[in-house]
Amino acid sequence: MATQAKPVLYGYFRSSCSWRVRIAFALKGIEYEQKTINILKDGGQQLTDQFKAVNPMQQVPAVTIDGITLSQSLAIIQYIEETRPEPRLLPADPKQRAHVRIICDIIASGIQPLQNVYVIQKIGEEKVQWAQHFINRGFEALEHILKQTAGKHCVGDEISMADICLVPQVYNAERFKVDMSRFPTIRRLNQTLIEIDAFKATHPSCQPDTPDDLQA
Amino acid sequence: MSASAARLIKPVLYGYFRSSCSWRVRIAFALKGIEYEQKPVNLIKDGGQQLTDQFKAINPMQQVPAVTIDGITLSQSLAIIQYIEETRPEPRLLPADPKQRGQVRIICDIIASGIQPLQNLYVLQKIGAEKVQWAQHFINRGFEALEPILKQTAGKYCVGDEISMADICLVPQVYNAERFKVDMSQFPTIRRLNQTLTEIDAFKVSHPSCQPDTPDDLQA
Repeated sequence: MATQAKPVLYGYFRSSCSWRVRIAFALKGIEYEQKTINILKDGGQQLTDQFKAVNPMQQVPAVTIDGITLSQSLAIIQYIEETRPEPRLLPADPKQRAHVRIICDIIASGIQPLQNVYVIQKIGEEKVQWAQHFINRGFEALEHILKQTAGKHCVGDEISMADICLVPQVYNAERFKVDMSRFPTIRRLNQTLIEIDAFKATHPSCQPDTPDDLQA
Repeated sequence: MSASAARLIKPVLYGYFRSSCSWRVRIAFALKGIEYEQKPVNLIKDGGQQLTDQFKAINPMQQVPAVTIDGITLSQSLAIIQYIEETRPEPRLLPADPKQRGQVRIICDIIASGIQPLQNLYVLQKIGAEKVQWAQHFINRGFEALEPILKQTAGKYCVGDEISMADICLVPQVYNAERFKVDMSQFPTIRRLNQTLTEIDAFKVSHPSCQPDTPDDLQA
């Protein structure tokens, strides 16, 4: 095509997985359009046939980019990384890359899927304890791992996909009132990262769909 | 020890015969022709051997699989497999084209984030009495999404005609679906792909029915 269409992100201001993708776009300096999918309103806009055609899993985020539609935040981010390599979001060394992926996967497979809106709606009354349990479990492991791998950021001194996954998960932990005093390394890393533009500009408190009462 | 010396020692897989995530790693090693040692971690015996301090030192998340390779210890099956892919590139487990790689990763992540973590032993133990319905629910939900995706992406295998990490994730998840008596008749593409894949050596030799820790009554 003659002109490059901007990527489109289907997301929700408070979806931690959507935030990961927003951070990645921001770090790469990629302009994109946002199409809000309100996962609470109207019984959940992700459940429409229209959105199901975009993502059969009926979840956010989804991204339309380079003529294709992708889902699954880490698959989206890795596609962006492979097609727009600067600045890098994965270290050059395979062992360090593995450390980054372990941290990402603990969050993206071991924590977040157990405390997302869909699951806690099914859990019902005990949802806060359930969410706290899985966040604590994952953070206990991460605290230990990050003590080994972290420099200024999660793995060494360069920002990576691990940092992209960590900050939104800490936000979720705070929403569920997890006692963060037990995780000093996670806190220190989060503190550094949230001062960085790409993390600030993409924060749930300042998105196009952030409700007035939750705006920064 | 030097990096080259570490490379000469066989990798060690801490796994469990019936852990689908461990099976993914076994398939990857088999596809790459990499010999490795197995150290079984029985998830049920003795209250769960993954909960010992000894194993916690290997994987703080207290889960299988974990792998010691090239002098380091890795956890998280997809991180392990991608490390193997990047350090032992032949035969490839990810397509060359970024868009196809994106498709492979979507399929892997639907399984590894969207299905399996919701139906693993740890979670089902917490769910209690309704665990079978819970597991069926999440497997059905994920397979309902995978079926139309695979209709678009699949050739002979999940994405085109080359075996990839998507196939490595699919087969163990189908095994789990069968264990939970999910009605597979609704997923013809998944069934067709699984049928083809389970005939391949790397998937057969790594099957739960023939591992060092497979109980006698479950052996093939």
